[in-house]
Amino acid sequence: MKYSVFLGALTGAGLAAGAVAAGTLDDVKARGKVNCGTNTGLVGFAAPDANGEWQGFDVALCRAVAAAVLGDHSAVEFVSTTGRTRFTALASGEIDLLVRNTTWTFTRDVDLKFTFVGVNYYDGQGFMVPKSLGVTSAKELDGATICIQTGTTTELNLADFFRTNNISYEPVPIETNAEGQQQYLAGACDAYTTDISGLAATRATFEDPTAHVILPEIVSKEPLGPLVRHGDDEWADVVRWTLFALIAAEEYGVTSANIDELVANPASNPEISRLLGTEGDLGPMLGLSVDWAVKAIKAGGNYGELFEKFIGQNTPIGLPRGLNAQWTDGGLLYAPPFR
Amino acid sequence: MTMMTAPPKQTFRVGMLIHDTRYRSLTIQIVVLSAAMLMAAWLINNTIQNLAVLGKPISFGFLSSAAQYDINQMLVSYTNQDTHLRAAFVGLLNTLLVAVLGCALATVLGVLIGVLRLSKNWLVARLMTAYVEIFRNVPVLLWIVFAMAILIETLPTPRDFRGEEATASMLLGDSIAITNRGVYIPEPLFSRSLGDLPLPGAVAISLDLVAILALLAGGLAASAAIRRRAERIQNATGKRPATWHLRLGVIVLPQAALLAALGFHLGYPELRGFNFQGGIHLRNSLLALWLALSFYTAAFIAEIVRAGILAIDRGQTEAAAALGLRPGRIMRLVILPQALRVIIPPLISQYLNLTKNSSLAIAVGYMDITGTLGGITLNQTGRELECVLLLMLVYLAISLIISAVMNWYNARVRLVER
Repeated sequence: MKYSVFLGALTGAGLAAGAVAAGTLDDVKARGKVNCGTNTGLVGFAAPDANGEWQGFDVALCRAVAAAVLGDHSAVEFVSTTGRTRFTALASGEIDLLVRNTTWTFTRDVDLKFTFVGVNYYDGQGFMVPKSLGVTSAKELDGATICIQTGTTTELNLADFFRTNNISYEPVPIETNAEGQQQYLAGACDAYTTDISGLAATRATFEDPTAHVILPEIVSKEPLGPLVRHGDDEWADVVRWTLFALIAAEEYGVTSANIDELVANPASNPEISRLLGTEGDLGPMLGLSVDWAVKAIKAGGNYGELFEKFIGQNTPIGLPRGLNAQWTDGGLLYAPPFR
Repeated sequence: MTMMTAPPKQTFRVGMLIHDTRYRSLTIQIVVLSAAMLMAAWLINNTIQNLAVLGKPISFGFLSSAAQYDINQMLVSYTNQDTHLRAAFVGLLNTLLVAVLGCALATVLGVLIGVLRLSKNWLVARLMTAYVEIFRNVPVLLWIVFAMAILIETLPTPRDFRGEEATASMLLGDSIAITNRGVYIPEPLFSRSLGDLPLPGAVAISLDLVAILALLAGGLAASAAIRRRAERIQNATGKRPATWHLRLGVIVLPQAALLAALGFHLGYPELRGFNFQGGIHLRNSLLALWLALSFYTAAFIAEIVRAGILAIDRGQTEAAAALGLRPGRIMRLVILPQALRVIIPPLISQYLNLTKNSSLAIAVGYMDITGTLGGITLNQTGRELECVLLLMLVYLAISLIISAVMNWYNARVRLVER
């Protein structure tokens, strides 16, 4: 008798477990929190500040999504993931979206069953070496020991680069950026390779950043973007259009400073009105409130504001806009129309 | 006249399955077994269904596609164009390498420390106690990371060996370089090599090594024959002829002749470009993992050895001493052979532990099978379930093999009961 009850409970649990697949948006609303996968610590992109609050360019996107969906930019549970654990965390449902300097590639999109919803930073892989080494080009790194984060596209690019240039190297696999930094600074590897933004961010934390150079070669295309599980289009749309809202806001000159004014006195530009929800009902189409984009932009600012605040020229990381400028300024950022 | 009455015939009722002690245990076993099987079936079914929903049905096809990543420590040839299966094999060999090295060093250290801990010398005994308590009471992962940090932070970089004002220099006549990227030692080279013997699976075995090992085995067999002859003479006459020079000779002389014939010489490491080139490169990751695993496990083995020795009755020592044996010989000839019976079974578990603990290699970037198959391959192909299943099978197989070998050895040293 007891056993049949037990088995019945099991069956019930089984049915419940089977229904977990879809409806991330509903799950997030019910939970009241967005579970966002980020880096274990990469200053400028995702790292806890002195108060233990997560800060950074990637983190800001998580907060914007939380603000758009739940109206509260602090309703985010940050889950730090390594290069190796990030995809498992997303596939298993531990996190709702992954914003962790993750390169959009064919196999990740198609074979690993994820959906990349856009690009929040156009990057490329580079090499950092101590100035004292006297190396000026990555092609001079024949026989060098190179530290590399394992489980990343950089690992494959590195193998390709050295194979095509027919030179040899010794890879030292490391798990996190902090480990790489330690080994690199101790001289256990001659060069450290990862995305150039990551190199700049890492260099900014060194005692003497000027003693290290980033070599001119960019050996790969690394479009970094947020991704969600494959097959949940409603949720993918929410994340995608939140990113586009931030990008469009910069294009139309909507900032966290003037947004309240623009909402109160709807401007002449109908595109802005539709974006801010003072005209039309784009928000409800996404399953969100009318002022979803207002909340997302107010969470930290538009794309340009976030860039300048966390990784721009005036920060220790000091990255130029480069490819990440608006299309109107010759960059690659181009948000589709809000209509 | 009495009448035999037949015992009342009991009819079987369903309720007896629970209330009758004759059936109850059977009933419970059947129910629990079916519940366990149902549970397993449900788990497997659920997994397969969920994977199908995700669009990732179980498949091992990825093993034959190109791995595209590089591995620093390779015992067999491998390039980034080889398959994931090959990469897993390279990782497996690295796992076995650190496991074998670790078990060997841990045994030597463990026996030494276990014996010394029973020393009458107060200082030695206390030092060994301190060693055991320190090493076995800190998690092995911390020892591994600690060993790595020490190697990286305290040793000189290859750059320090360069130039007029080199702050570091090579040891033993420029033959060994100790750097924070690992230790470079001379490698054996043969100018008249016999070449390689290709085996199935693109593995090649050096014929030089085969020849050396074959000759060594022959030498050892000859040496054993000489010892048996000495024992026969001792048994017959009571006098043991001196044999050490003969036994040494049959091992060393043929080896020396073979090495000369093969043109044996050493290849020394030298600083070229960014790194030392030539010689054998013992990487930091290997050294840190090997030393930390060995020192940690040695503490446990020391306790096992101590327990084994203490299990032998004191009368044995006294009897041996009464026969005139010196303490060293008492330990070697009387105590240890008996203690082995007690030592071997728990020693097996320590070997298994060490081998399984070697999967912590990723903490220092040592490319064992967890690092290749369970790390990079898993990550690049996204085949979590398949990789982890294979990984579990591999560790299970390694552990079972170690157990089988050690059980065979245990059966040999077991007390023969008459």
